[in-house]
Amino acid sequence: MTLLAVENLTTYYKLKEGYVRACENISLQLKQGEALGLVGESASGKTTAALSLVKLLPDNAHVMSGSIRINGKEIAGTTEEELRRIRWKEIAIIFQGAMNALNPVRRIGDQIVEALRIHEKITDKEACRRTAELFEKVEIDPDRVREYPHEFSGGMRQRAMIAMAIACNPKIVIGDEPTTALDVMVQAQVLQLLEQLRRERQMGMILITHDLSVVGETCDRVAVMYAGKIVETGPTEKVFDEPAHPYTRALIAAFPNIEGERYLASSIPGNPPNLLYPPSGCRFNERCLHAYARCREEEPLFTLLSSGHCASCHLLEGRVRI
Amino acid sequence: MTGFAQTNNQNLLRVSNLEVHFAVRSGFFASLLTKEVALVRAVDGVDFTLGRGEILCLAGESGSGKTTTGKAILRLLEPTSGEVFYQDEDIRLFNRTRLRKFRQDAQIIFQDPYESLNPRQTVFATVAEPLEVNHICKSIKEKEERVEEALNDAGLSNPRELFMRYPHELSGGQRQRLAIASALVLKPNLIVADEPVSMLDLSIRAGILKLMVDLRDNKGISYLFITHDLSLAWLVSDRIAIMYLGKIIELGNADVVIKTPLHPYTKALVSVIPVPKRVSLLGKTLLKGETPDPVNIPPGCRFHPRCPEAKPFCREEEPVFREVASNRFGACHYI
Repeated sequence: MTLLAVENLTTYYKLKEGYVRACENISLQLKQGEALGLVGESASGKTTAALSLVKLLPDNAHVMSGSIRINGKEIAGTTEEELRRIRWKEIAIIFQGAMNALNPVRRIGDQIVEALRIHEKITDKEACRRTAELFEKVEIDPDRVREYPHEFSGGMRQRAMIAMAIACNPKIVIGDEPTTALDVMVQAQVLQLLEQLRRERQMGMILITHDLSVVGETCDRVAVMYAGKIVETGPTEKVFDEPAHPYTRALIAAFPNIEGERYLASSIPGNPPNLLYPPSGCRFNERCLHAYARCREEEPLFTLLSSGHCASCHLLEGRVRI
Repeated sequence: MTGFAQTNNQNLLRVSNLEVHFAVRSGFFASLLTKEVALVRAVDGVDFTLGRGEILCLAGESGSGKTTTGKAILRLLEPTSGEVFYQDEDIRLFNRTRLRKFRQDAQIIFQDPYESLNPRQTVFATVAEPLEVNHICKSIKEKEERVEEALNDAGLSNPRELFMRYPHELSGGQRQRLAIASALVLKPNLIVADEPVSMLDLSIRAGILKLMVDLRDNKGISYLFITHDLSLAWLVSDRIAIMYLGKIIELGNADVVIKTPLHPYTKALVSVIPVPKRVSLLGKTLLKGETPDPVNIPPGCRFHPRCPEAKPFCREEEPVFREVASNRFGACHYI
């Protein structure tokens, strides 16, 4: 069952100089219980895409077009009031820095109780009981509900954020770099917890990350973004084993693999383009080693390579095979 | 410690039993009632050597003391005790003049090129500053040449065109190259690189790492490479030292340590090194909890509360950091 269907989502930021084309023609689908990784480097538009889904964008951002359907219901044109009902209950988000996302002067337990009571008609006592349960779910001692964020370690804060995100049993959870600031071991613990919860509750999950390894460890499918566009999408194994787009191939080659040879891959030359003035044609053409005249003029369309695996590159057009 | 701290002429740096402790106040009311101060034992007895032209990696999680070690060997922090020999001279005995000279020889590169560069200084001013402070160049022309050379060495093309640019006009990768250029301009022998690529995107990381390795190959610069990322450590360094709570718990050839880790902590860290594959974490045994507070270091082996292989003896006696095989050092009773 398709939980979330995004079609041609385009979000621009308005600046004095013009529009920053941060996110253009993004289409995604998420099934129940499925985890999708949205990978990209900084400024590739992955966070903009995610914030567009829950409409938590800054004031100068404009969703120019596109449709977002949650459980078949269009939310692109809904009012703030209706959205508030959808957030947390239907779709929840875990932010990157737990220290910044939690209120430092309120007890962590109280913050979760508040979120629960806003979204569900339950008594204070019931909300407290649920909070203690949630703490147990994310493997924090329930006796610590009365502590403040600074009394928690980094990993525990992130667990508390997860507890808050799943408090109202959302169908979709978006994690925006949920493990980026954590130590490797704690990162593995948090990712393991997220996967357990997803399986148990059959939640759909979108993980936004710059780190391919996070995708490899948790996601069934992956969408690779570059300069505001999705360049390749497919099942995680397929994309890792047979990357098709030159950008994906370079990214995976840059990933140190301790099971392979010890060598330093060459980096991708140049820098990501300025999205105020994105290059014509394929947005990767300036850094692509295989670019030819057509790449600079014409935008590539998606080529379906195998079931669910597609990429947008002119070089792939000859090899349509399903 | 035994058999380890020998003088070796090939060594650029020899560190033995280095300790850096910080006193922390426990809070206003507590400080009224008691004179006791808590001691953070950030670095708690570290031994290693760094050969000429070697890349030694200090790897560990946050709070393991790797950055403090890096700063202490440059005397950016005063060690509490222990010895640091640079070319067979004890850096703790350096006077002002000698220290100045030493600091031209030994440079540091920080993690975040967005914070380590002065936003109001042009590229030229940033790289020329070390030359000015040390009164190295006699003429402006000479200074310009030195700056140009350093920018070139750091892999920035058309350096003269960059002279009047400000850091905000540069990309992340270029900024880190600028930081490297300002370390290179004094022609150092030793560079402490503190997480030099962890703020950079994957696609530009390789370029910076390659630059560092090339500088070692062409100029013989030695590196103390500090990172939390074991796969990076494996990729660029000759030897790896794994730190936990202020101590090195395993040290050896990079490839060997990663392929056949001996210490239970190293084994745990290696087991979570990501590989570019779909590998579910579900059902994988992970270490429980997080690194303890360095104020209350557990007695005996400091890793025993989290160690999956701990035995009662580990609680009682601290294991000695010793040579367990040829050129392979470890601190565990059972390796």
